[in-house]
Amino acid sequence: MELEAIQSFRPLYAMLASAIGVLLIGLSWEKPNLREFWTILAAVIKFGLVVSMIPFVLAGGVYECSLFTVVPGLDIAFRVDALGMVFAIIASLLWIVTSFYSIGYMRACNEKNQTRYFMCFAITMTATIGVAFSANMFTLFLCYEAITLATFPLVGHKMTAVARRGARIYMVYLLGTSLAFQLFAIFLTYNAAGTLDFAQGGILTGTGSTALLTIIFILFMAGITKAGMMPFHNWLPAAMVAPTPVSALLHAVAVVKAGVFTVLRVVFHIFGPGLLDSLGISFFAAYFICFTIVMASVIALTKDNLKARLAYSTVSQLAYIVLGAVMLSPSSMLAAIIHIANHAFSKITLFFCAGHIYAVTHKTKISELGGIGKKMPWTMVAFFIASLSMIGVPPVAGFVTKWYLAVGTVEAENPIILIVILVSTMLNAAYFLPISYKAFFGKESPEDAGSQQGSGHHKVRELPMMTIPLVFTAIVSVFIGIYPDFFISLAQEVLRP
Amino acid sequence: MSFGPTTFISAAGSTPVLVIVIPLLAAMLAPIVSRIHRSVGWYLATTATFIAFLLSLSLLYTVIDGGTVSYRMGSWAPPMGIEYVVSYFNGFVLAVIAFISFIITLYGKKSVEQEIPEQKIPFFYSAYLLFIAGIMGIVITGDIFNLYVFVEITALSGYALIAMGKDRKALMASYNYLILGTIGATFLVLGIGYLYIATGTLNMNDLMQRLPEIYDSTTVITAFAFIMVGLCLKLALFPLHIWLPNVYTYSPSIVSALMAATSTKVMAFVLLRIMFTVFTPEFVLEVVPVTKILIVMSCVAIIMGSLIALGQTNIKRMLAYSSIGQIGYITLGAAIATETAMTGSLIHILNHALMKGMLFMVVGAVVYKTGIVNIKDMEGLGKRMPWTMAAFTIGAMSMIGFPFTVGFISKWYLATGAIGAGMWYLVPVLLVSSIMTAFYFWRVVESVYFKGRSARIDTLKSPHHSDEAPFGMVVTTLFLAGLCIYFGLWASGPVEVAKNAAAFLLGS
Repeated sequence: MELEAIQSFRPLYAMLASAIGVLLIGLSWEKPNLREFWTILAAVIKFGLVVSMIPFVLAGGVYECSLFTVVPGLDIAFRVDALGMVFAIIASLLWIVTSFYSIGYMRACNEKNQTRYFMCFAITMTATIGVAFSANMFTLFLCYEAITLATFPLVGHKMTAVARRGARIYMVYLLGTSLAFQLFAIFLTYNAAGTLDFAQGGILTGTGSTALLTIIFILFMAGITKAGMMPFHNWLPAAMVAPTPVSALLHAVAVVKAGVFTVLRVVFHIFGPGLLDSLGISFFAAYFICFTIVMASVIALTKDNLKARLAYSTVSQLAYIVLGAVMLSPSSMLAAIIHIANHAFSKITLFFCAGHIYAVTHKTKISELGGIGKKMPWTMVAFFIASLSMIGVPPVAGFVTKWYLAVGTVEAENPIILIVILVSTMLNAAYFLPISYKAFFGKESPEDAGSQQGSGHHKVRELPMMTIPLVFTAIVSVFIGIYPDFFISLAQEVLRP
Repeated sequence: MSFGPTTFISAAGSTPVLVIVIPLLAAMLAPIVSRIHRSVGWYLATTATFIAFLLSLSLLYTVIDGGTVSYRMGSWAPPMGIEYVVSYFNGFVLAVIAFISFIITLYGKKSVEQEIPEQKIPFFYSAYLLFIAGIMGIVITGDIFNLYVFVEITALSGYALIAMGKDRKALMASYNYLILGTIGATFLVLGIGYLYIATGTLNMNDLMQRLPEIYDSTTVITAFAFIMVGLCLKLALFPLHIWLPNVYTYSPSIVSALMAATSTKVMAFVLLRIMFTVFTPEFVLEVVPVTKILIVMSCVAIIMGSLIALGQTNIKRMLAYSSIGQIGYITLGAAIATETAMTGSLIHILNHALMKGMLFMVVGAVVYKTGIVNIKDMEGLGKRMPWTMAAFTIGAMSMIGFPFTVGFISKWYLATGAIGAGMWYLVPVLLVSSIMTAFYFWRVVESVYFKGRSARIDTLKSPHHSDEAPFGMVVTTLFLAGLCIYFGLWASGPVEVAKNAAAFLLGS
């Protein structure tokens, strides 16, 4: 069925909201409150613009916005379809939440260079919406690289030797692979198909030999490192040196989701499920991804640093999305799309909690968290709820994904992958539940108890600026677990033949 | 479309010759008028290059509208007399060269005043203008011996310019270049001589028509080989590059910028000109398969240039080795010899002139303000010279080939051209070189922004945080940086011209 399309600059305005925000934030560097006001305002306007496009997209329409032609064959063009919408809603909603949280965190931790921080944040969000709304692979690649550039100063924010090293690894992985593999794949795709525009059912059907198309697919998979697939996942743990709101942004909103989103674009709109199926590489890819799912969970078990454990959990959870996409069965593809949303809300909650704990107590290790549940009840309850989502316990969001993914393996008649999913669920439980157990039932370490009584002003207290966002995202996680219809209907729109 | 004696268009009048004559006259005037005041030389150079730029633009428009323009020296009809010919191909290069020369001249006032001893400034501008007249002459002439003369004018004035560098090693660099440049020029003139012996003509268009009959003659093949070797030396194709790093490192800043942006580019242009419009595509592709050799040489140049740049500690030397790699891009596109790849090659002449000229201007500004040339000492410079370093970052991104910069456009055409010609195995060469470029440029960007001030910066006199370079330098540098992005996003115009030029070169 042909999609109904209207020409509109609205997708562009959604990007401009944060781009203009960058300027205003930069100009008000001397007045922190005004500067933060601009961030919030830009985020709210952006979200409003994205939301305003929902009804039409849900009804099966697309917004199109062709800006200009760089050279023949390379167009800067935007197109809002259901898949882009899923990503854009999450990114723009979570930007508002993250902004509040950032303000709380950055001020509580007395971080330097806050103007640069908020500017880069806004640039990243502009590029993220750009990725979501790209109409072709060139525009997407442009925005994809812009995200890498704009997040580099965020990752290296602390400017210490460790931060520089982390940022360098981040850059080497993301830039190196995208230049070496993704760009190569784009060249080959253009040469084969003569276009880079995304189209329902793909653009590569019947354009080249099986060998060539297989090579293109592998190059794309290897090049889209933001999706965090092994063996190119190391940038994720390395990027943990960033301030926690940045980690939250990287892991839940912008960077990794841009990665899996690009994978979905390649699978759905460059190759098309039909072509991928006929190439016969999808199950090979699926087994490869299963390895990532299990390995990442096993590594997560061994990490005592809370953020590192969350990072490996992200690697494993992203692999669900990619797995769902390459399994090519109807339910698994649905699971892939909705897990972008489900994982986003839950994972950002977990990172918010980790950041809140750090900001208040300066603790980073799980072994130090004994008894923290009593001091920070809201935070740790939210953490527990989000953990349940990661494990896939109803009624939290993660369950919906796991359900469809499992149904997908049945549809594909592949019990091995079903077993992998079950094993991974147990592993998830094994590395998440002990944290909550320790927080609520563990014993406080003696030094902590001592210092608490010693000096009154050092009392641990939850900060509302950080608590409210994380409670909000936890509630959303439960909400979309109980009422998953919205994202499912968008996903069905994407998968409509 | 062809270089024919009948394509004379009177509308262009004497514009083709004025492009050369104006800088040439200015070069002679410079030492005289500078007696009035020392800064007059700069005003003269700026005016002359500006007029030359306007003229070259008008020429380009004439060519786009009405086809090839020809001018006969002293009204002597070619092939007897010397002919200046402007087609799509050299009209484009001419405009690029004239534009970059003008911007660099505009930029250079303060830098020259600081780096060149006061009594030498008049002669500096004289040699400088002579150099510009020379490279423009190389581009515009339609006579192969005249081309040699302009090559020598450029080279001789170049030796003088390089030797004016502050460091005593500049003399050594200049001397080295003099020896190697002369060897290259000798090869060139011998080749031209053989062609003259074989055909009795020096007009390029005439040569193109007469040569095919005698393609199998040893004289012609020898001539071709001599010319190729001479040119490869002049354009510093690896491994004939050894004169270049020292020249770029020890020259006065403005000379480094000018030479990096124009001289090797022009020599690459001459290579294309001779390969495809004196000889024919059939000759270089089939009779003497020089393109195959050139592809290998280009790949080696691309990889080795980037590899050696990785190990440099001096920023100017790093940029110089990067240039050696980038020359490989231009020759690679030419050697693949399809329209798309050739477009990439030609557009890279413009793009690289923009990027590399701008990067050397950045370095010139840093040297002007702080005297720093070591990458290690640049730590923390991002706070001191924010605008200059922003330009550097844009230049770095361009060199790496981020989409939205000019570097991506070049790479796009070269890579799709290579794949289209069935040579997909060349793409990894381009991509690996991009990654290496990312390494050596990002290393600088990171230390400029993400490290505290270096000890060297702290010892400098004025520790205020506003230590930006003079206005004139910053504005011109940022202007070029802006163009790096502008032509990366709105590239249709130059690409269209480059595409036509490529079609012209390949005779289709």
